[in-house]
Amino acid sequence: MLNISGLEEGIVLDHIPAGKSMDIYKHLGLGHLDCQVAIIKNARSAKMGRKDIIKIEGGLDTVDLNVLGFIEHKITVNIIRNGEIAEKKTLRLPKKITNVIRCKNPRCITSIEQELPHIFNLTDEEHKIYRCMYCEEKYK
Amino acid sequence: MRHLISPLDFSVEELDTLMDLANDIEKNPEKYAHVCDGRILATLFYEPSTRTRLSFESAMNRLGGKVIGFSSAAASSAAKGESVTDTIRMASCYADICAMRHPKEGAPLVASLHSSIPVINAGDGGHQHPTQTLTDLLTIRSLKGRLGGMTVGLCGDLKFGRTVHSLINALVRYTGIRFVLISPNELRIPSYIRDNVLEAGHIPYTEMENLEDAMPELDILYMTRVQRERFFNEEEYIRMKDCYILDKAKMALGKEDMCVLHPLPRVNEISTEVDDDPRAVYFRQARYGVYIRMALIMTLLEVSPC
Repeated sequence: MLNISGLEEGIVLDHIPAGKSMDIYKHLGLGHLDCQVAIIKNARSAKMGRKDIIKIEGGLDTVDLNVLGFIEHKITVNIIRNGEIAEKKTLRLPKKITNVIRCKNPRCITSIEQELPHIFNLTDEEHKIYRCMYCEEKYK
Repeated sequence: MRHLISPLDFSVEELDTLMDLANDIEKNPEKYAHVCDGRILATLFYEPSTRTRLSFESAMNRLGGKVIGFSSAAASSAAKGESVTDTIRMASCYADICAMRHPKEGAPLVASLHSSIPVINAGDGGHQHPTQTLTDLLTIRSLKGRLGGMTVGLCGDLKFGRTVHSLINALVRYTGIRFVLISPNELRIPSYIRDNVLEAGHIPYTEMENLEDAMPELDILYMTRVQRERFFNEEEYIRMKDCYILDKAKMALGKEDMCVLHPLPRVNEISTEVDDDPRAVYFRQARYGVYIRMALIMTLLEVSPC
């Protein structure tokens, strides 16, 4: 069993589908953090078979849970305080996401006005459909 | 302050009030001839448009207001690289209300987010054209006396025609509407309208390829243009093209009180021999377009006759 030291203060992102941890690492901008970040790939899981785990040292403000909810809302977020799980956060699909994904519609105003924020609204929760706020094109 | 960006920005009740006002303007134009004295409409048209721009200008002039603006991107600061955001901030200093047409989808919404004056979407690419939808609704309500309880035939390019999509979205809010969707297979209504609007809302509809078969049951026939370039092969176009040309013979199959609408411009999809038929209302529709824009300008500027 691979052993990675426990966190005193920080966040553990558990039940990440195997192979998705690097995507999450990138989308959350974890590469820009100064704190310790551990990525565990293909950990054994009774529930999932294989899973990825990310451990991040530091406060909750280091992670944008909205972004995380969009990428994979079934991830378990454990908040660690004094070396113990103090809180479990349930992720939901965010109603609105800003500058996480970009509109690819060449007819959208965002294609020519470079400084506009790329904003997507959740229009169908069941099918996880997000549409660009400006042109209403579905994100694929 | 309100804007009109999507045809669904107004509730059914608000639309009724708006159309009541438009009908009163039609009956008593002199009552409204000076309600916008001293007010200025900016027409910010980043792409050429004849009917929509003239309709807006006519509407504001008939209300006693004045119009400034440009009619192509080349004639505006957009040619120098100015953003929509900056242009609307500038226009907010010069005018009291603005109508914007832009080739890029969502541009009027961006404008509305940075504007200190009401913004009307006068068409944004293939996305929305809400004042055309309001025109269509007013025409139907004025000539049929209702917006529910009827069979509406939509004919032609149902895949790319934004006016058709907007009209379906607007009409499903009324009870007793049934659609007959008449188009070649290549130009059928997109699945997101069929699934998310018609199926999801349990709206009765039938799809067919032949206009003649549909004619006898229609209360409204909304014609659109079928363009040659939309077909995948020439053979199919030749086989189908005459099917979508409305002529006297097809009109003879229709009900006596049917109304034929068209967003215009018409090319050859309605034969000119149909123009004299009292059921051909597409030029009256253009007139209703002015009345509804007058009502809209008044509503957004919050002005009323003394």
